[in-house]
Order: sequence, then structure tokens, then C-alpha cells
Amino acid sequence: MTFLSSLISGISLGSVYAIIALGYTMVYGIAKMLNFAHGDVIMVGAYVCYFAFNSFGLPWYIGVLLSMIICTILGVVIEKLAYKPLRAAASLAVLITAIGVSYFLQNAALLLWSSSPKSFPQKFFNIGGKSGFTIFDGKLEISYTILVTIICCVVIMIALTLFTEKTKLGKAMRAVSENKEAAQLMGINVNRTISITFAIGSGLAAIAGVLLCSAYPILQPTTGSMPGIKAFTAAVFGGIGSIPGAFLGGLLLGILESFTKFYLSTQLADAIVFGILIVMLLIKPTGLLGKKIMEKV
Amino acid sequence: MKKLLRKDNIKNLSSYILVIVAFVVCQILIGAKAMPSMYQSLLIPVCVYIVMALSLNLTVGILGELSLGHAGFMSVGAFTGVAIALALKEVITATWLLLAVAMVCGAIMAAIFGVIIGIPVLRLKGDYLAIVTLAFGEIIKSLFTNLYMGIDPEGGFHIGLITKPEDLVEGSKMLINGSIGISGVQKISTFTAGFILIIISLIIIFNTVKSRTGRAIMAIRDNRIAAECVGINITKYKMTAFVLSAAIAGAAGALYSLNYSTISATKFDFNTSILILVFVVLGGQGNMIGSIIAAAVLTILPEALRQFADYRMLVYAIVLILIMLATNNPTLKMFFDKIKKAIRFKKKEEAKEDM
Repeated sequence: MTFLSSLISGISLGSVYAIIALGYTMVYGIAKMLNFAHGDVIMVGAYVCYFAFNSFGLPWYIGVLLSMIICTILGVVIEKLAYKPLRAAASLAVLITAIGVSYFLQNAALLLWSSSPKSFPQKFFNIGGKSGFTIFDGKLEISYTILVTIICCVVIMIALTLFTEKTKLGKAMRAVSENKEAAQLMGINVNRTISITFAIGSGLAAIAGVLLCSAYPILQPTTGSMPGIKAFTAAVFGGIGSIPGAFLGGLLLGILESFTKFYLSTQLADAIVFGILIVMLLIKPTGLLGKKIMEKV
Repeated sequence: MKKLLRKDNIKNLSSYILVIVAFVVCQILIGAKAMPSMYQSLLIPVCVYIVMALSLNLTVGILGELSLGHAGFMSVGAFTGVAIALALKEVITATWLLLAVAMVCGAIMAAIFGVIIGIPVLRLKGDYLAIVTLAFGEIIKSLFTNLYMGIDPEGGFHIGLITKPEDLVEGSKMLINGSIGISGVQKISTFTAGFILIIISLIIIFNTVKSRTGRAIMAIRDNRIAAECVGINITKYKMTAFVLSAAIAGAAGALYSLNYSTISATKFDFNTSILILVFVVLGGQGNMIGSIIAAAVLTILPEALRQFADYRMLVYAIVLILIMLATNNPTLKMFFDKIKKAIRFKKKEEAKEDM
């Protein structure tokens, strides 16, 4: 039973990582930048939902919707103000700007909402007054939070794959990530496509924030940074720029972390997870589903 | 004389002069008691961050690989340095010698870690390399938060991971105490030591860059395939730069930790690595004098903004973004290029007139 329950909690954690990693990987694929502020958008999303739920007493679905809207706007505004003027700049310059934005969001949150941790409503997803259900004669309890997290992740994954494969906008996004100049010549509005990518990524970040905080209900301005780093690792692990890769990487990282915590050591979980990641990257240097780029001489 | 006044030599010389002048001015201000104690306490951290920025610039600017775990090497140097200083307290009584030994040991240990990390890391490229350095930084932090080391009365070391070593007899002393880190450190770092460390790092870096090794490293940065074609051993030179950078960071870490009475691994986290990277990028990749100025200004800036109290980090973030936007603004860039061209043109005219 320990195996099953650790597997399930691993999948749930991995689903959250996967949703965050999707945001990283999409933005990387299209704008070739590491958006370090992504983790902090998650934090903002969680705060918005917390206030909608706790202070205004709105139902949870409105809270989630509200935080998605606000995060989407935030993502687009950040992109317009901070990243768009740097389109032509070196990638390191954009990276530092992203770090600046991340500092800004964290400190703005610190000023607005103080550093004291807020406890996120723990039984966030309740059905019929119960927080979960049991299987195997009550031996294994699964909370609705875990169920919702996993379902969310699968739905998002399918929706995103369909979006990028079938719709016109999705095709435009793939074209821009393939070759910006050629896409522009084909009549694609590159700037708008990039903005939309940021909007989608930030909206996903809001969902991830709510899911993350319903599973680990401590909310403070630095909440987003560590999951952000781990999701970024997951995105690279799966092959950055690839949507199924981010999904797979996030899921594997979550399961790995959960198993390490259950069977090996809680304190050294981070070290072991990162260690396995390094070994994996050495065996497959471009990530699990990453494309092998041939170098032209 | 002509050789001495070559352009890059002048640039290097100006770095030395800047550091020396700054040191002398600070010493005069301290002597005249004209420096507020707040800034005085910042002198050693400023020196440490300058050295950290210089060493990272070797990896990012000269070797051209992004490293996101540089604080890890600082951490290795810090823990080694403090442990050595505590262990040798009775043997070496002169504090300057103790500090020097601690710094050298910190550098050696960080170099060893540099080799261990470098072997897998340098096989990768670009973002994958960056993520692995990040992972190593986190691993080092995680290991040090769970490391326990005690010394028994006979001088034997006992090491334990996660739990305290069981074979520790009574009367022994804990050196490293898990997540609490090391406490009761003798503060032996001095501003002069920091100054000497900066000068030594500058000498090492400038001489490496100018040597055959340095040219090989920069050739790899500019075009790896071309460098490989002319017979440069990529792994060897990449490793040289990486280990050198790690060693200098280790020495800086030892100096940093011996400035405080307690030291814990959480001080050297991902944010510290990023902070140092910010110095390097703002100062200009490969530009050592830029790194020095950026590290000094950005270490002092948050403290100088103290009057804004709670808003200081917010202001810092905005300043950071604005600097990046301004330095990469095409209009501004064109403007500066025009000025540069005008100055150069004028010089040429003068040279013609002289003939």
C-alpha cells in the first residue's frame, strides 16, 4: 500500500510540475528565453485564489477563474513591458531581466500581503462534505485534491496538444518556434503569437498555483520559487521546447521525488532527485523527448 | 614601452589601478573615521562578491558557458575554510596565516569539486549545461545542510550524514552541525585580505586569458567546431577554465564565511548564484573591470537604499530591469556608438595633424 500511495502522491505532485513545466517549455520554445518569473506568477495566482476564497467568500471555481484572468493579464503585461523591448538582445540579458521581474513580483507580494505564511484552505475541493474517497476496503485513501490535480493535468495536456496541432494559432506558434523570419514572411504576426504564448503559460501557472497550494497549503511570497526551479528542471529533463516532453518530465520528476521521500530519505530527497536527473541528462544529453540538433559546419 | 601600452594591457592595468585606488581611499576613510560603520561592515562582502563575479566571469564570459550553481563552489570553500580554521586554531596562532591557510584549503577543495562536477557537466551544452550546474548547486546545498562533523579530543574526525556520527565520544566538539551549520567561528577575515584576494584573482585571470591556454579557451567559446578542427583539446581547456573558476570561488567562500560568527548552507542557494550572475551580465561578459564595478555597486545599493525600508528590494528589482532595458535599447546603443565613433574620428584627425 505504501508503494501505491506514494505512487499516487507522486503522480499528483508530478502533475503540478508538469503544468508549470508546460509554461516554461512553451515560452522557451517560442521566445528562446528562460522565463524565471514563471514561478512567481504561480505564487500570484495562488494568492488571488486565496483572497477570492477567504476574503470574499466566492466559490472555488470563480476563484480559479479570477486568478487565471489576473495571471494572464499579468503575463501579457510583463511580456510587453520587460521582454518585448529585448527581442533582439542577447539571451543572457533577457535572462537577467526575467530574474529582475521575479524579484519584483516576490517583493511586491511581500509588501502587499506580508511575509507571514497564509494557510490555504486545505479541504479546497470537497464533494458532498467529504475530502476524499477510499478504495481497497479503506486501506487506501485518495483525496479529491489529488484526483482533481491529475484530471486537470491530463485535460490541459490533451487540450494543448490539440491546440498546437489543429488550430491555426497553434500552427502559427509552431512555425514561430521553428523559424521566426520565415514565419513572418508567411504572414504570421510574430509579436502577437509570442504574447499569446505568454498568456497561455501564465494562465496555466494560475491553475498550477491553486493546485500546488491545495496540496501543500502554505502560501507565502517565496512559495513559487522552488516548484518553479523543479518544474524548469523537469522541462529540461523532458527536452525543453517539447510539450509532451514537459508532461513526461514533470510526471517522472514528481514520482521520483515522492519515491525518494518514502523509501530513501526525506532530507536528501532534493539531492537524490537532482542526482538522478544529472545521470539521465548524461545518458541522453538533449532530454527525454528533445530533438537532436545536428550541427552544421 | 609600446608593448606595455597596448589596448588590452591598458584595460588590465586600469583594473588594477581602480582596485588599488579604491582600497587606498577606503583605508584613508577608515583611518579618518569618516566611513559610517554600516559601509565598513560591507567592505569584506563587497570584496568577496567582486572575486565571485570575477571567477564566474571566467566561466560565463571567457569560456562562454552559463553556470547557475556558482554559489555551490563558494559553499564548498566556505565550509572547508571554516572547518580548517577551527581545527588549526591552536596550531597556527597568527590569524593572517590561519586565514591564508583556510583560503588555500577552501580553494583546493572547491577545485576538487570543480573537477568532479566538471567531468559530467562539460560534456553538455547550452541550457542543459546550465541546468546541470543548477542541479549541482542544489545537491551541494542539500548535502551541507545534512552534514555533521565532529572532532574528538584526540583530534580524530567523525563524519555523519543526516544524523550525528554515533561513535562520537564525550568531550568531543561538533564542527559542522547539520542545518544549523557552523557556529562559534572566529572572525579573522580582514579587508586587506579581501583586497589581496582580488588582486591575486585579477593576476591569475588576466595572465590565463593572455596565455596560450586563454586563447584556446576563447577559441572554443567563439567557435567550438573550428577550435576542434585546429587540434585544440576541448575538454582539457574547458576543464582548466571551469576548475580555475571554482578554485577562486572557493577562496572567496572561505573569506566570506570567516567574516561571520555562524555559517549555514542555506546562505549559498540558487539566489546567491543568480546574484553573482547578475553582476557578471551587468558588468559585461568577459569584461573584468565591469564585473568589479557591478559587484561593488550592486552589493552596496540594497544597503544604501535602506532609507526606503521595505521598498528597497522592490526598487532594486526595478533598477535591475531598467538597466537591462536601457543597455539593450537600440536607440541608446546607436547614440553611444555615434559618440564613440566621433571620439575615434577626432583622434585620427589629431594623429594626422601631428604627422
